[in-house]
Amino acid sequence: MSALEIHEVRKDFGNERVLKDVSLAIESGEFLILVGPSGCGKSTLMNAIAGLEPVTDGQILIADRDVTWLTPAERDIAMVFQSYALYPSMTVRQNICFGLEMRKVPKDERDAAVERVADLLQITALLDRKPSQLSGGQRQRVAMGRALAREPAVYLFDEPLSNLDAKLRVDMRTEIKKLHQRLGTTIVYVTHDQIEAMTLADRIAVMRDGHILQLGTPDEVYNDPVDIFVAGFMGSPSMNFITTTLEGQAGDYLVRIETSNEEALVLPWPASRETPAMAGQVGRSVILGLRPEHFSEEDVRLSEQAEGTLLEAQVSVVEPTGADILLRLPLGEGEVTARVGPKCEVTPGERLSLRVDMGRAVLFDAESQQRLA
Amino acid sequence: MDNVIRRRTPGARVARLALYAVLLLAALFYLLPLAVMLITSVKPLDEISAGSLLALPQSPTLAPWAKAWGEACTGMRCEGVGGYFWNSFAIVIPAVLISTVVGALNGYALTKWRFKGSELLFALMLFGCFIPFQVVLLPMAQTLGWLGLSSSRAGLILVHVIFGIAFTTLFFRNFYVAIPTELVSAAKLDGAGFFRIFWRILLPVSAPIIVVSVIWQFTQIWNDFLFGVAFSAHDTQPVTVALNNLVNTSTGVREYNVDMAAAMIAALPTLVVYVLAGKYFVRGLTAGSVKG
Repeated sequence: MSALEIHEVRKDFGNERVLKDVSLAIESGEFLILVGPSGCGKSTLMNAIAGLEPVTDGQILIADRDVTWLTPAERDIAMVFQSYALYPSMTVRQNICFGLEMRKVPKDERDAAVERVADLLQITALLDRKPSQLSGGQRQRVAMGRALAREPAVYLFDEPLSNLDAKLRVDMRTEIKKLHQRLGTTIVYVTHDQIEAMTLADRIAVMRDGHILQLGTPDEVYNDPVDIFVAGFMGSPSMNFITTTLEGQAGDYLVRIETSNEEALVLPWPASRETPAMAGQVGRSVILGLRPEHFSEEDVRLSEQAEGTLLEAQVSVVEPTGADILLRLPLGEGEVTARVGPKCEVTPGERLSLRVDMGRAVLFDAESQQRLA
Repeated sequence: MDNVIRRRTPGARVARLALYAVLLLAALFYLLPLAVMLITSVKPLDEISAGSLLALPQSPTLAPWAKAWGEACTGMRCEGVGGYFWNSFAIVIPAVLISTVVGALNGYALTKWRFKGSELLFALMLFGCFIPFQVVLLPMAQTLGWLGLSSSRAGLILVHVIFGIAFTTLFFRNFYVAIPTELVSAAKLDGAGFFRIFWRILLPVSAPIIVVSVIWQFTQIWNDFLFGVAFSAHDTQPVTVALNNLVNTSTGVREYNVDMAAAMIAALPTLVVYVLAGKYFVRGLTAGSVKG
């Protein structure tokens, strides 16, 4: 059963089309994350699902019921807001109860719900406090508690962690994941943080300019991006894009990276990752996408099949992060970022041999920016 | 302590003293009329005609206050301003309450339930703050006639409510615009409607701006003379009109002490309101302007 279905939803603000025929469906118990840069329409889509803004065209179904023209209260949803939106004049207990009270749930059931939720989120000690007496993390918990008290069909989270400091954000992220695993709730979650998206989601919808560019599991979106935008948006540091020329023929493709002062670097394209679309691009300029972790020091062994191609370059910047080291080095016309192990002893200006795992590289059409292989 | 870093040189001290002296003088200058009124109102008439304006009373008496309240002549009648004092309350209290409630609802609707043209509507309502009273006297008299409210207390209340709404809407609109709209969204999802969201979510946090609205409206309506004199019958006149009549009634000796006592009576309620709630007034006016 689909917990939520969206059919060709369109939303115009004046003459501007903010959502352009967005369609998606999620199963009951699924954790869907809408991710994208600001202004991509993800919050508008969220508000459309919540019923806070009417859609211009299209259809929204929650638990197989058409809710397109129902009020937010009639939709069987609960929402956690970025600013938490706790009612300032009410205690935590009253905040959690409010939705039940409005729905005329009897007092003893309300009390039971508060107890259950408070227990779940460990906020029992805070129940009689006002929101102003709570820390950011506690407010976040109460906001989730308010949503959980009602047990609706779908939960909506609108950038719930963006107002927390870095450490707390990571803790709460884990807690949300645990909660989801325990309760099996259906969640639609908006964020602009691609790490949140990768860590939490069952599926990710990457949005841009009112479109869903790609809808897939975190693994698909990360390793199998449909275009340059998705590839560049997911992952930190982001993927390196190198302008190359495609050469050779089916079964024996090569990508040639021209460099200004040295001789061109030619990397063989693994036969296992060939696609028919490559044939039409021979001799033309294509974009090679390599993630920082696709580089490694010469003596590190790569995945079984790929031996990896060696390349040598002069390191310009060394950025140790503790867990590993990020290197900046010139490749082709620009610089690329490579991620190497923390033991790698290298100083800026030194020449270093790196292995490139072409078995995980991706190739994009330079004009359409779409994925080639 | 003013938290300003400065060297305490003799020159700086002199400058500081001069500054305080100027401020003190200005304060005295503003307080002087009130002092003269108070002193004069408790002096017997012979002391007033004999002594200087600022001399303290030799034999203080409350008789002028009693006369002003219950016996002084306001035009043809000689019943003092006491009755008119209660008249004023009968006009001011409903007018203040109604205009505040309507202003609060307007401000709530204009910020949290925006509709096409709501900004334009607000701009037009603001216009009402700048319309001089005199301009509307005749059309208003005509309208009250049509409504059958000429020279009635209800008519005067209606006029004050209409004039007050522009200001109260402005106050509440600017207060509510700073309250996150997500609160209203959350309450909508929780199943609350227009009035319940107002009553349960917005109103409980509105105390500062309610105080501002009440003080402002109370002072404006209490001090109004023009509408009072134009739109009320003799027995529903507010105290400001009675005061004017009392001072202008010329029979025999001019009783300055009674005039002053009547003026004090007419001015007291607004003073009391400000003293009791003044600190909330300042707090409410600046609410939302500083994050905290």
